[in-house]
Amino acid sequence: MTTSSADSPLVEVSRVKKYFPVTSGIVFKKRIGEVKAVDDVSLTIQRGETLGLVGESGSGKSTLGRCILQLHQQTEGEVKFDGVEMSTLGGRELRTMRRRINAIFQDPYSSLSPRMTAAGIIGEPVSVHGLVQGKAQMRERIQELLEVVGLNPYMADRFPHEFSGGQRQRIGIARAIAAEPEFIVADEPVSALDVSIQAQIINLLQELQEQLGLTYLLIAHDLSVVRHISDRVAVMYLGKLMELAPCDDLYEDPQHPYTKALLSAVPVPDPTVEEARERIVLQGDIPSPQNPPQGCVFHTRCPMAIDDCRAVVPPLKETSPGHWTACIRVGPGAI
Amino acid sequence: MRRGVGTYLTALLEVNGLRTHFFTSAGVVKAVDGITFDLMEGESLAIVGESGCGKSITALSIMRLIPSPPGRILGGSIRFMGEDLLAQDDKAMRDIRGNRIGMVFQEPMTSLNPVLTIGRQLTEAVQRHLGHDNEAAHARASELLELVGIPDAANRLRAYPHEFSGGMRQRVMIAMALSCSPKLLIADEPTTALDVTIQAQILELIQQVQRELGIAVIIITHNLGVVARYVDRINVMYAGRIVERGTLHQVFDEPQHPYTKGLLASVPRLDKPKGERLIPIEGMPPDLSNLPPGCAFRERCAYAIARCEEDVPEVRHVRSAAAEHHVACWAVETGSAA
Repeated sequence: MTTSSADSPLVEVSRVKKYFPVTSGIVFKKRIGEVKAVDDVSLTIQRGETLGLVGESGSGKSTLGRCILQLHQQTEGEVKFDGVEMSTLGGRELRTMRRRINAIFQDPYSSLSPRMTAAGIIGEPVSVHGLVQGKAQMRERIQELLEVVGLNPYMADRFPHEFSGGQRQRIGIARAIAAEPEFIVADEPVSALDVSIQAQIINLLQELQEQLGLTYLLIAHDLSVVRHISDRVAVMYLGKLMELAPCDDLYEDPQHPYTKALLSAVPVPDPTVEEARERIVLQGDIPSPQNPPQGCVFHTRCPMAIDDCRAVVPPLKETSPGHWTACIRVGPGAI
Repeated sequence: MRRGVGTYLTALLEVNGLRTHFFTSAGVVKAVDGITFDLMEGESLAIVGESGCGKSITALSIMRLIPSPPGRILGGSIRFMGEDLLAQDDKAMRDIRGNRIGMVFQEPMTSLNPVLTIGRQLTEAVQRHLGHDNEAAHARASELLELVGIPDAANRLRAYPHEFSGGMRQRVMIAMALSCSPKLLIADEPTTALDVTIQAQILELIQQVQRELGIAVIIITHNLGVVARYVDRINVMYAGRIVERGTLHQVFDEPQHPYTKGLLASVPRLDKPKGERLIPIEGMPPDLSNLPPGCAFRERCAYAIARCEEDVPEVRHVRSAAAEHHVACWAVETGSAA
């Protein structure tokens, strides 16, 4: 049911807002405010690319991922997958669509049912979508999936607690690719793992992308990991998109003052490089998303802020080809 | 004894052959199994390793905070300012903890008491150790909050922990650890629970107090980047043992142990463009209650030789380097045993 051509984006997010109500009272709930977790974000994801989505806690990156997965219904705006608006779908149509989209979560301990075997976990999406006939075929498919993610097929009948963290994440990945999706949202896929295991999982994600032609949305707070596997990177802060650019472009030539500070705060494991690096230490904390600052949400911590930043919400504009920045002090016509 | 800047420094802390094991129903877990290192006055040291390598247990052993049972310090010595900490009774240890050694833990939310004000928790240590009266303790508490960069300190003392953000709470923890002007500050994963920009603030703060107060610091972390920016020397731990130790530049620029090399090659770097595959360390860390004989790393090691299967590698000087660089590996050409 492909409705659009190969060069149109696979995922189109336009002006998506997701507000969570804040209530008080126990029986008679009163709405006393809202948390603007995602506030007017637009972006596209091309077929076969990896879009990295970075931000600190409370930036709304996971909420945006969940809106794309339709695990959250957005408050406003559109999420289109392969040209089809997702929120209008229901029942069977949504289920068909869901087969093409899948997710990998952060915590391989809580995201796998402790009462199902590895085979049960991996086989569930295969049987739900009716992708194989009969037990023998199912068995074969599970073995194949285990091998693809680097686990031994004889481990199929073990329970999650019998696996290490890295192996569990491999099971999570096998489950995600079981129904042959085109698009995977990976939300912090390696941050719960030890350093020496992280590299194994990162390499596995890259191999699978090449073999299966997958498109990834990689949500992560570790900017080094994101640089390593992304084609383009989007930076979020307090529900807003701050900067979006091709990967090397963003890391070599960040435009937004927040991106600059964020990158300079990440230490590099090399003392010689560290001694030469300039660092911008941001003052203060991230404001509450329930009561975000007026104008540019970053102005309270921004070293470049001027009076106008308090009044104007900066639009995302193209500061160089393919490089989008939301700051009135950057790019053509900057103040 | 190492030569400092123009002067000979004295060792503040000397750990020799420390062994801390846990006796569980599943067997004996050799969390720390014979480690030796020292720390000079005013120096900063990082203990680096993955979960379960024994880095936190090393810190808890120095503080004599190993829960017993199931844990027990079986052997070795810990000398701090010339005194043997393992020979101290509980009362003497209480005087040393907080007074001469301060500690900061990873989780700032669980380490603070939620029902007491920040001021109450800060003054407690000062009153306990320095015998200050209420007024003097209060003055000291607001001085400490200012030292760790919390503005409007006098008013903030009346706040409760939940009114503070994660970064602010970690600042309070540092203030508490510094309250009795210790000679040594141990920070166990001080920034792991924090966001990148806040992490930078806290690390800068630790470095600033280290320099201003001239105290020694041990930072325990799994993050090689954190280490590269803020410490003088590094101990790399694996499966309860120190596999390599040396100065910052020795360990990063000329890593000797296959595990150290593997770690450095397996982390993606912010300053390297997308491109080549990472080189992971295959396999996973061994089970500490069932360690194989010989070198604990040998099953994941590309350089393993026959001897690695039989003998636990001795910690030896790296032949080409200055005396401080040590490695525990049979496959590396080394000088005399340390």
